[in-house]
Amino acid sequence: MIFLIQKTLIFTIPLLIVALAGMYAERSGIINIALDGLMIFGAFVGALAALLLRKNPFFVDHNQLTFLLAMLVAAIAGALFSLLLSFSAIRLKADQTIGGTALNMLAPAIALLIIKVFFTKDMLEMERAADSSGTMKDFGFVILHDDLGPVGRIFFDKAYISTFLAAGLFIVLSIFIYKTKTGLRLRSCGEHPQAAASVGIDVIRMRYLGTTISGALAGLGGYIYIATVANGTASGAVAGMGFLALAIMIFGNWKPLGIALGALLFGFLKCLGVIYAQISIPIRGQDVYILRDLDLPMYFYNLIPYVAVLIVLAFTSGSSRAPKAEGIPYDKGAR
Amino acid sequence: MKNSVPPSQAGVLKNASARSILAALICILGGLVVGFLVLLLLTVFAEDISVAEAFSGIVIVLGGPFSGGSAQDILFQMGNMLFQSTPLILTGLSVALAFNTGLFNIGAAGQYLMGAMGALLVSLSIPTTVVPAAIVWILALLAGTLLGVLWGAIPGFFKARFSVNEVIVCIMTNWIAANIVSWVFKSTGDRFINVAETKVNFIRKTASNGVATATLGLDKLFAGSYMDISLFIAILIAVVLYVILNRTTFGYELKACGYNKFASRYAGMNEQRNIILSMALAGGLAACGAAFWCLNGAQDFKWDTYLTLPADGFNGIPVALLASNNPIGVIFSAIFLKHITVGGSNLAAQTSFNEYVSPLIIAVIIYFSSFSKLIKDLLLRRMTKAQHAAPAQPADPPPAAGPDKGAADEDAKTKEE
Repeated sequence: MIFLIQKTLIFTIPLLIVALAGMYAERSGIINIALDGLMIFGAFVGALAALLLRKNPFFVDHNQLTFLLAMLVAAIAGALFSLLLSFSAIRLKADQTIGGTALNMLAPAIALLIIKVFFTKDMLEMERAADSSGTMKDFGFVILHDDLGPVGRIFFDKAYISTFLAAGLFIVLSIFIYKTKTGLRLRSCGEHPQAAASVGIDVIRMRYLGTTISGALAGLGGYIYIATVANGTASGAVAGMGFLALAIMIFGNWKPLGIALGALLFGFLKCLGVIYAQISIPIRGQDVYILRDLDLPMYFYNLIPYVAVLIVLAFTSGSSRAPKAEGIPYDKGAR
Repeated sequence: MKNSVPPSQAGVLKNASARSILAALICILGGLVVGFLVLLLLTVFAEDISVAEAFSGIVIVLGGPFSGGSAQDILFQMGNMLFQSTPLILTGLSVALAFNTGLFNIGAAGQYLMGAMGALLVSLSIPTTVVPAAIVWILALLAGTLLGVLWGAIPGFFKARFSVNEVIVCIMTNWIAANIVSWVFKSTGDRFINVAETKVNFIRKTASNGVATATLGLDKLFAGSYMDISLFIAILIAVVLYVILNRTTFGYELKACGYNKFASRYAGMNEQRNIILSMALAGGLAACGAAFWCLNGAQDFKWDTYLTLPADGFNGIPVALLASNNPIGVIFSAIFLKHITVGGSNLAAQTSFNEYVSPLIIAVIIYFSSFSKLIKDLLLRRMTKAQHAAPAQPADPPPAAGPDKGAADEDAKTKEE
């Protein structure tokens, strides 16, 4: 049971942070369909940074510092890459869906092109490395304590620092968008940019801000995904997690609390597909592997999150409230 | 804008489709320039690649099958390229049709997989000893297409009935399709798997049941490549779609719903039905492309596809965008994209670069085409400017067109940067 909750948490965190990324862009008025591409790009650059850093023994010894630095680099990479989207969408008033689609195709192409030229492989693996004392060190894995009781174990045993970092960021940014002046201004640009401009808000700047925060979060989420879920391998794909995050954002009605709920739900369903055979429930002192004994193929469990998204969207579409001005290029003269 | 456009060119630019074609060419040029710059950049960082290789590299990519080597190789690559263009034309048409109704069909990949599954199940299940192979071929094509129609109708239904964004539903149905296809072929055991050739990851070729698209000697003409007549059927479908969209009431209704669904409802059109129909037809087109690919008879279909979606499904998007959603334009843009892709594999074979240059160039082309409206507006503005500068003059000699087109590109470029 604790294992299941731990795993759910690991799957939830990237979804949570990337769905928040989508929210930031859309609340400022820019549809960010490029979340998947931004994740791929962030993951690639982060992995590259980690590999290069670990050439220096100091960074092998200080595993967590390397992990933090790689996350920072991934976030910066995501922010820079998202400028391609915000520039075309804001400055050139381009079609945001098409621009986003282009980024989704561009990110894996760049990543794979570079990986193959320099590493002659189709993927970039962050391998274990020997530290100065000669022991092999895993990548960024923290085992804080395992004698903390059930609740402590969920959060602190075999936990990644990225989990705490992302959860903290999520809380801070959720408060930021609702409780600060800049947050309010940003949201107003997604609802009625002309009205916002009429009270002196710089719509263009706000939209750049929203999209750049979005890019940074998505890049960070991409790196967290490959470091914690995908065995530290950047391969030019994140298994559609960016799109799932987009669906979670819509499910969460463009609000942080709803997003958190959605991310937990889909994190759970997604992780079920991976570990269903290892889930046991003690019945009369015996461990019973219920799902494994059902003998359903793994494809069934893989399907569940996607089908669930469809069902949920069908039921919640009535109360769904997207930012009014999202996807519409800002035109100063429009009424 | 240093000099005004000669009136001859302005006359060409007055035509909206000529502007679209010119805008597409500008996007392509932009993509190639960026691709070349990336290659140059790579030579700076990779010690073992010389700068000269970047130059020859972009030439190889641009050459497509023509950079394949001997005349025999070129013919062979050309035949394969044309054959592989068939599914891409159809996924391109699928995306273009949906775009015409104001819908973004990013679900062509899933529809493609469903089409492949339908065609393969039928063509491998019905013994050709009982039913003539030609009939099995037709049945398989229909089965695949029908599955695609149903699969495409799902996002259409969600959009029309619940007004859920079709992009999300398309993406979900993509992954659902990928898992269903894997599941079906897993549960049928060895029945459809290519055990005979010990390719356990692939489905049997339909030729093993005697089902294959007619080639009419085209495969021999193109030096033993996969070329068959499906390309011509795809071109025919494109023409039919063009006529439907531009010359029929039904096509007009589809487009009207795309322009303004409230206005079309007010005009008495059933916009919900049109949305579902448009997506269903789009699904059918994408699936039909997959069926043509499978029914070629000599293709390996990887059945355990739950982690990957077919590239041809997604590449329908750039194909449609590059063609400004014109069905006839789709034929050319699909062949062009495959041309670049073949160029990419030649690049990987002949230099230290690799095949990912092609998707990079394609992605940049779509990025530029996302603001093709801006480019078209710029062209239009140049036209009106030129008309003011020199009203009603006879055609100028053509030489001016060469450098001037370059200037137009530069203008677009500076705007892009």
